[in-house]
Amino acid sequence: MVDKIAYPVQLIQPDGRRVFRPDYTSLVRDIGPDQLRDLYEDLVAARRMDVEAVALQRQGELGLWAPLLGQEAAQVGSARALRPDDYAFISYREHAVAYCRGVDPGVMTRMWRGCAHSAWDPSSVNVTNPAIVVGSQGLHATGYAMGAHLDGAEIATIAYFGDGATSQGDLAEALGFSMSFNAPVVFFCQNNQFAISEPVHLQSPVPIAQRAAGYGMPALRVDGNDVLAVLAVTRQATQRAREGSGPTFIEAVTYRMGPHTTSDDPTRYRAAAETEIWKARDPIDRMRRLLEREGLLSDEFLARVQATADAVAARLRSGTVEAPDPAPLDLFDHVYSTDHPLIDEEREQYAAYLAGFAGIEEALS
Amino acid sequence: MTTTTLSLGGALNAGLRRALEHDRKVVIMGEDVGRLGGVFRVTDTLQKDFGDNRVIDTPLAESGIVGAAFGMALRGYRPVCEIQFDGFVYPAFDQIVSQVAKIHYRTQGRVTAPLTIRIPFGGGIGAVEHHSESPEAYFVHTAGLRVVTPSNPADAFHMIQQAVAADDPVVFFEPKRRYWDKAEFDVDAEPDLPLHRARVAREGTDATIVAYGSVVPTALSAASIAADEGHSLEVIDLRSLSPIDFDTVEASVRKTGRLVVAHEASTFLGLGAEIAARISERCFYQLDAPVLRVGGFDVPYPPSKLERHHLPDADRLLDAVDRSLAA
Ligand SMILES: Cc1ncc(C[n+]2csc(CCOP(=O)(O)OP(=O)(O)O)c2C)c(N)n1
Repeated sequence: MVDKIAYPVQLIQPDGRRVFRPDYTSLVRDIGPDQLRDLYEDLVAARRMDVEAVALQRQGELGLWAPLLGQEAAQVGSARALRPDDYAFISYREHAVAYCRGVDPGVMTRMWRGCAHSAWDPSSVNVTNPAIVVGSQGLHATGYAMGAHLDGAEIATIAYFGDGATSQGDLAEALGFSMSFNAPVVFFCQNNQFAISEPVHLQSPVPIAQRAAGYGMPALRVDGNDVLAVLAVTRQATQRAREGSGPTFIEAVTYRMGPHTTSDDPTRYRAAAETEIWKARDPIDRMRRLLEREGLLSDEFLARVQATADAVAARLRSGTVEAPDPAPLDLFDHVYSTDHPLIDEEREQYAAYLAGFAGIEEALS
Repeated sequence: MTTTTLSLGGALNAGLRRALEHDRKVVIMGEDVGRLGGVFRVTDTLQKDFGDNRVIDTPLAESGIVGAAFGMALRGYRPVCEIQFDGFVYPAFDQIVSQVAKIHYRTQGRVTAPLTIRIPFGGGIGAVEHHSESPEAYFVHTAGLRVVTPSNPADAFHMIQQAVAADDPVVFFEPKRRYWDKAEFDVDAEPDLPLHRARVAREGTDATIVAYGSVVPTALSAASIAADEGHSLEVIDLRSLSPIDFDTVEASVRKTGRLVVAHEASTFLGLGAEIAARISERCFYQLDAPVLRVGGFDVPYPPSKLERHHLPDADRLLDAVDRSLAA
């Protein structure tokens, strides 16, 4: 595994033809026509969800959104390799991971709308709330995996992060800790070529996966726009984790086709021609070509996909626009798990202050 | 005389340009400061004009940015580091408080660290978590650091140049929700105040409001509302948070007898606490009311739908002024 860094694993070529690689093809032997169709449906739903969220931001319903456009296969392929009791530590762009884990699209936008810092209960879906501080989640995943290891639980923990995150000390420390303690963790880097405006070579002159080699950690690169290949390598890594063989580093080579966030302007730092090259490698088109070649695209199936994507988007939209605004005094909730006199006093004083305005409004009306 | 209208962000850009022109040892470093010109465009066009040896896009690592800048300072450079948002300075905290702040003392004055660490700070822009914090008290509490924050374009222009020229490390907080505020001023005039002096931003006689950074414009609008209601408020823009120009505050309080300190940061153990304590000592017999504080609540910075409650606005300032006047 260590020697494969220079050659990203690929199982589907951009034109939809299969690549036969005995070592990896065997990992997805159970993926028959129905499972291929399901993966395609996930990819389309993920993109539709993302497009809807961007539209909502443009319509003023969301303050911000970090689009995943182009990274659907990396996210769906890796998330579909997980079992329900595995645990995912995500950053702000892993909407498709959250979706595959069962996060309700209707709550996914809460944080981006400014209603709450966290949209869901992490333990209900075994996905953390998005880490905004870049790289911090690598250590958290490592610690969670250490705990699982101590417990003798046969689960895998996976940490999602970008190429830029690998420059952070936290990530370096996570790689060190996970090796020292043989932590059952998968480091899943989506190398989407950019950290906001900074190209990946500013973070590392060598393939990102090589960073792991210095820690003695098995690492590989995978074509991140090939959902099947990502599924295969993540299955392999999670299997290693579950059986007690320690951490693995995966670099999914992909591309962020849109802006960093809805307030970013990528034309300032990259050429349109580059984006065009990656359009030809679009992860959804590729899967569609595979299905076409293998005769798995029927009108009925496409209608099903369309219906799922529409439903997901509708759920995301209604959940967003109908999300209730938090009440002013919610400010003071959950700072501590038990009463705290300073908070209690401030809550009381602010309530009295607001009540004063209510009195004025009543008097004026 | 060259009068120009600039936004606060534009004034910082112009000030940094002057600093780069003035001293070839000045370098700018940070995430996305080069081609993108920073996420707030404060370094826009600087890399194009000064090259990528002077305006350096760094790897995504705050401890790396400050630690490496510190090393460059030891080599005679004057690095200006940009931390992209307040909430991301914490990975660099160790470098700032353990290394940068202490080098002059540890070496008995033999080594200086003329570093400027720029940090957009504060809320009010509808951002997500970790993008709206007011961490100034952590730095003010650390001996060896100087900490400043402009509240308007003219100060931004002059203070950034003064900070870069200073031989001590300066933590330079930029009030991000005021980046787009514009003003006309003379870019060729000498600054009318040294870096560490406060400014009386509006004269008044009934009570003093001390504020800094983003809250200064809020205090000024509170003062105009109060004027309509027949109260004359003096507003002091602190500008420097370490050291604090207590003489200017004291002089004002001796005149008005009442003091309200306002900031976005959480109130408990914030700068207001120190100012209240010092002014109570200095002006015990001149104070007609206890010094009051208006600040953020003692909660983590809330989701953006709640931030208008958390941030002190003119109403909350006037409420405190009323309580002070009633005492
Ligand atoms: C510690 C920290 N520093 C800076 C930022 C600001 N920031 C947010 S995303 C980002 C780029 C991250 O790039 P990468 O890790 O490659 O992930 P991507 O966004 O490409 O998915 C930066 C600099 C942050 N969130 N956290």
